[in-house]
Amino acid sequence: MNYIIIGYSVAAVNAIKSIRSLDSKGKIYVISEEEKLYSRPLISYYLAGKIKEDEMNFVEGNFDTKYNLKVYYSEVAKSIDFDKKLVYLYGNKKLSYDKLLITTGGVPVIPDIKGYKSYIEGIFTFTKLDDAKNLLNYIKRNKINQAVILGGGLIGMKAAEGLLAHNIKLKIIDITDRLLANTFDKEASCYIEKKLNQHGSEFISNNTIVEIFSKNKKLESVKLKDNKKINTKLLIIAVGVKPNIEIVYNTKMKTNKGILVDEFMNTNLDDVFSAGDVVETKNFITQENSVIAIWPAAAVQGRVAGLNMVDKKFKYDGMFGMNSVEILGVSSISFGLTNVQQKDGFEILVKKDSDYYKKIVIKDNKVVGVILVGNIERGGIYGMLIKQKIDVSSFKNELLRDDFGFLILPKDFRKHLVLKEYLEV
Amino acid sequence: MKKIVAKEEYCMGCRLCEVYCATKNSKSKDIIKTFKSEAGKLLSAIFVEEKEHITFAIQCRHCEDAPCVYSCLTGAMYKTDKGVVLHNKEKCVGCWMCIMVCPFGVIKPDLNIKKIASKCDLCLDKEVPACVENCPNEALVIINK
Repeated sequence: MNYIIIGYSVAAVNAIKSIRSLDSKGKIYVISEEEKLYSRPLISYYLAGKIKEDEMNFVEGNFDTKYNLKVYYSEVAKSIDFDKKLVYLYGNKKLSYDKLLITTGGVPVIPDIKGYKSYIEGIFTFTKLDDAKNLLNYIKRNKINQAVILGGGLIGMKAAEGLLAHNIKLKIIDITDRLLANTFDKEASCYIEKKLNQHGSEFISNNTIVEIFSKNKKLESVKLKDNKKINTKLLIIAVGVKPNIEIVYNTKMKTNKGILVDEFMNTNLDDVFSAGDVVETKNFITQENSVIAIWPAAAVQGRVAGLNMVDKKFKYDGMFGMNSVEILGVSSISFGLTNVQQKDGFEILVKKDSDYYKKIVIKDNKVVGVILVGNIERGGIYGMLIKQKIDVSSFKNELLRDDFGFLILPKDFRKHLVLKEYLEV
Repeated sequence: MKKIVAKEEYCMGCRLCEVYCATKNSKSKDIIKTFKSEAGKLLSAIFVEEKEHITFAIQCRHCEDAPCVYSCLTGAMYKTDKGVVLHNKEKCVGCWMCIMVCPFGVIKPDLNIKKIASKCDLCLDKEVPACVENCPNEALVIINK
């Protein structure tokens, strides 16, 4: 059996572990655009100087040999012939597969902005190690002490984390009214905005960049929607990522925003699977198709895909958005639907003080969203409540307790949940 | 592999498990110093829950299919061949993915540095884990799975 995996990050790693747990003999070929395997989310820690380049591997150093892989590093898969089951690489190389996994991840979205040219020095995206390396060099070379980040979502905030460690004053611009718009409400955003202000940085909401000005191929300034001009030598474009589906354009593979897969992580084509940031799949809470480009989702999807590439019977039960972000000492964890209104049938519970915020969103007696700012301890239990679809009607008023834990759960459920893990109650 | 079983009906909420766990994880390994000179940096990996008259203690369940392991950004959280979930502090960057995905809520930041996660290691260097050893009413017991 020949397995080919295009893309080498967390989804691929987990797929490989799954495949090898069931098939020790099959050949596994991996095609990676990168020079080596590393954890992409760690680039913000690298930028901040908290870790070095050789500390970014997230698997054991001998992973490739341990799992008996043939990895084509720094190679790009050019096209796929699904009929002949062949993957073509640049340089006329071709590989044949019995089972194929596409884990090509996401690519940064570059919005159409007047004056933008890819060659302008001082404009960066922030998703790969090379981005972080170039950025770090640029900061040092140009003694940057002020920067603009376009996009206050996860990538923008991760870039912010890294830049703040160099004491760079930031202006973070977002088209919505808040930071981390996918999982935060305005109130949660305010806790971080306050810290940014204290630091001398600023969040500019409901705005965007309409024009970029450069001189001699060097960034000079940006103009906002409200005509305000900001002089800057550094702009990070972090408006989001989109699934990297270029390789399957104009093929018979079904795509929407991302590659469409069923609950087995199988695409519409036999023997072709997909996982990670490149797929569009069922959202656990809304049941709608969506791209949930987060590390834990990619890991789970990779595992499921790998198992099904050998023996198709494992189901993926969907994921929901979740983030863990710490900015200027403010820790936060958020899950699911959080920016919703009471009038749309949601119950909203809130507890807060000056440096602490907890919000629970309930729909039909089930928790569907949670925000924790300032204190994240035991936060995972809320995620479990969402995942297990627990009816919280009997203990709703205890969800906000400071000592929230298992004891507020009904005894029957506590028993059911923990018995299998050897906790008797 | 050994597993710690908690029995709610025997737990008195005396918190001795917490005291001895914190001592075991302290620098001095001395119960008084742990709670006096090292106070504020307590590292108990066990969580004692209390509600009215019901109490019980919970620590890492060493899940078979551990979300903290596959969600870890650095590979700091890992599983031994025997199924024990351990944590390599050298590799950890404190991204708190493990805290986010742990369904039992039993991983917390290391209060000494606030940048590294801390959890139960089953006292692998001891025959009987400190919490079990010091539970006066067998509310925490060891089973071999």
